[in-house]
Amino acid sequence: MQVNNNFEPVIVAFCCNWCSYAGADLSGTNRLNYPTNVKIIRVPCSCRVNPMFILRAFQKGADGVIICGCHPGDCHYTSGNYFTRRRITLLYSMLDFLGIERNRTRLEWVSAAEGAKFAATMQQFTEDVRKLGPNRRLEDLRCRKQ
Amino acid sequence: MQRIGVFVCHCGTNIAATVDVKAVAEALGHEPGVVISQDYQYMCSESGQNLVKDAIKEHNLTGIVICSCSPRMHENTFRKAAASVGLNPYLVEIANIREQCSWIHKEIATATEKAIILGKAAVAKVHLNAPLTAGESPVVKRALVIGGGIAGIQTALDIAEAGFDVDIVEKEPTIGGKMAQIDKTFPTLDCAACILTPKMVECSQNEKIHIHSFSEVSDVKGFVGNFTVTIKKKARFVDETKCTGCGLCTEKCPMKKVPNEFNMGLDNRTAIYIPFAQAVPKVATIDPNHCMMLKTGKCGVCSKVCSVGAIDYKQQDQFIEEKYGAIVVATGFNPIKLDKYDEFAYNQCADVVTSLELERLMNAAGPNGGTLLRPSDKTHPHKIVFVQCVGSRCDDSKGKPYCSKICCMYTAKHAMLIREKYPDTEVYVFYIDVRTPGKNFDEFYRRAVEQYNVHYIKGMVGKVTPKSDGKIDVQASDLLSNEQLHIDADLVVLAAAIEPDKTARPLATMLTTQMDTNDFFTEAHPKLRPVESATAGIFLSGACQGPKDIPETVAQGSAAAAKAIGLLCKNSITCNPCVAHSDELMCNGCSSCEKVCPYGAITYIDKEFRMPDRTTAIRRVASVNPAVCQGCGACTVACPSGAMDLNGFSNSQIMAEVDAICK
Amino acid sequence: MDKNLKEQILRASGVNVLKCMRCGKCSGTCPSYDEMEYHPHQFVYMVEKGDIEKLMNSASLYKCLTCFACVERCPRNVEPAKVVEAVRLAAIRQQGNNHLTPAMIPDMIDEDIPQQALVTAFRKYTK
Repeated sequence: MQVNNNFEPVIVAFCCNWCSYAGADLSGTNRLNYPTNVKIIRVPCSCRVNPMFILRAFQKGADGVIICGCHPGDCHYTSGNYFTRRRITLLYSMLDFLGIERNRTRLEWVSAAEGAKFAATMQQFTEDVRKLGPNRRLEDLRCRKQ
Repeated sequence: MQRIGVFVCHCGTNIAATVDVKAVAEALGHEPGVVISQDYQYMCSESGQNLVKDAIKEHNLTGIVICSCSPRMHENTFRKAAASVGLNPYLVEIANIREQCSWIHKEIATATEKAIILGKAAVAKVHLNAPLTAGESPVVKRALVIGGGIAGIQTALDIAEAGFDVDIVEKEPTIGGKMAQIDKTFPTLDCAACILTPKMVECSQNEKIHIHSFSEVSDVKGFVGNFTVTIKKKARFVDETKCTGCGLCTEKCPMKKVPNEFNMGLDNRTAIYIPFAQAVPKVATIDPNHCMMLKTGKCGVCSKVCSVGAIDYKQQDQFIEEKYGAIVVATGFNPIKLDKYDEFAYNQCADVVTSLELERLMNAAGPNGGTLLRPSDKTHPHKIVFVQCVGSRCDDSKGKPYCSKICCMYTAKHAMLIREKYPDTEVYVFYIDVRTPGKNFDEFYRRAVEQYNVHYIKGMVGKVTPKSDGKIDVQASDLLSNEQLHIDADLVVLAAAIEPDKTARPLATMLTTQMDTNDFFTEAHPKLRPVESATAGIFLSGACQGPKDIPETVAQGSAAAAKAIGLLCKNSITCNPCVAHSDELMCNGCSSCEKVCPYGAITYIDKEFRMPDRTTAIRRVASVNPAVCQGCGACTVACPSGAMDLNGFSNSQIMAEVDAICK
Repeated sequence: MDKNLKEQILRASGVNVLKCMRCGKCSGTCPSYDEMEYHPHQFVYMVEKGDIEKLMNSASLYKCLTCFACVERCPRNVEPAKVVEAVRLAAIRQQGNNHLTPAMIPDMIDEDIPQQALVTAFRKYTK
């Protein structure tokens, strides 16, 4: 397989407003670097992330999707992240079925105090996705960037 | 056609140093629907805000995107600015190009590229933003306090002080709770009744406070500011309005062998009774399980002696419905049952007692009139052994996993009081750890050791065996001198763990509040919101939230009152408009959303729909109460038909953002 | 060496010694307390510290009646008697070292022998 050295993955990050988005802000405040590939979408809670959004991202050409929520037990809405955990587990089996690499989707718990963890997670995830190469399976070629 | 304005902030050099702001403004200016795209040094400053306001007026904008710092910082600033010139504040979107772009990236080219993409996502989202209006919901200016112990009393008094009506619902015939049973209080050793009973009287005399004694909450409906509560007034077979509390009936009642709960069953009461002399309300109650008249229809002595005719054998349970703005839970605690701890012989030997029983044995109003006597043979005990942590700090299968917090202190108090009153008594305390965090607490414990010569021994009691001579053999380990001890005790006192009242769990279900695995109510935030539950309008007071001593309980009672007053002061509450709503035409009433809602905000209504063939059909559809919904969005994902959506973060909005980022 | 021994005892007993809060209820309830040099709570503590040789050489090991009073009464379900049993087992295994090697197994197997018996034999007779 040919490895494209110039490959820059497109990564969509869903961050819950109360913990992870604040954690992302903190990594900014602390000037902790992570790749520009990561673009964050703010959601009220990680449980707002419909698996449909993740599939849509892959369809539109994203190479990786990461969902960040509060740590278990810390959810602002008390139980939202537990729903997320279950839904993502189910999504994994569907992605397996479709033949999409599991490592393209990740669920991470990042608290508002974990700026460093946020940056490190994003760095790691970008590297992992870069190694996987471009997402070709689910990409809708009609949506392909010209 | 949308008319969108884009405003790119330099934030001094914070953004401008790594992001080419002019290029961002230029690129976003070409996005569909964007009619003006500007950059400015400090968008959040007065002049920056004016720039935005002027542009809204001049170009008649239908939505604006600010590319600046985090929305957690200045979203409100720009929303207010937009609202001041007549643009709905929810038509403002922020693209975070400082914390999530300029501050973390170093290369201008890639950072600019990312800033443009973030800007495009925000533009794509704002296209779909709908104007939202924060709803208002009125507040009923009346509070309900569930539980009439010291926590509930303190909360009720404080709320009444602020001028609001308060109802106390107490399941026992009198308010006062556990504190009424206690003899002295640590660390000052003042008499519990002397400080509690004036507060009880104050409750009964305050015209803002209404006491529903011998009552329970049977149903709760509604939401913050507007609860409808059904209170079950249990039949006490005595007309409260007529009874004067003279007590003649309790003297004449022939059924005198009923175990007295107030004295922990250490003596007997009559079938018609007033729990204790200072009871509030001071009204007699008939115990239907023991009353001859109610059981066999033969007796009726009390009704004959009652001069005011208050006795009513035909009284039924009554249900009353009342509206409240705020509810304070103060259901308190109970010592655990000691049946499963055979090793302490609690069930075999009358002289093995719990600490609460000892309180009654020592109390001047108790079964022995304040003289400490053994329950079995009414002699003075000369050797007393206290056992700490009975059922506390256990594995889940053996008892309670938590520390009951109050036992170390009350045991020191008991030991000290006994040594003070009966210096010829030897007192042993077996402890695992002595935990005395609190003002003057460790000093108090040291006094017990140093001044009163109480023998504190590190080690647990393994076995308690009643002997034929009436003594009790206590077998224990002394860990510090590494030996096994046998003590011939006269009285053994067990510091039983405390647990939440049994009524707490069904109540939590009714209130849709959360509990931990030990049935203690969970606070909204363990540090920053310790007296509120996660459900709006429900507050927590006292030991229902966790083990607490009296000063802490009173402090929390007042804190809960302050929070409730803060709510009751408002004429109406503004609701967060970013709440879920369901498309009734798509909803099939499957209940998926209701099951995931942590707030119980979703109910189902039967609604008439006009069908294509001009008939009407009644369908069950979900309906979200916007005053209760907190906007987490769990339901939107659970909904199989896609009928549920969230204002401000709708499916189409998030999809548009995804598309813009991936494009 | 000692570390392996500790691991082995923890695994064989299935006891989490870290759960012990040193209340001494096990020793408070022990009927052979006076016969022992080391007492039940010390057993648990010494295993936690890895001080196992001392325990193995002590006669206290065989004074335990395995009456399980300590297991019954322990508020935190630490199960000291199982620790004692595991240390005994370790002592048995060490005395003559390996009594059983995998090479001997095929000869021993017949239709009726339960698998559990082999596992137990290995635990008991192999170092």
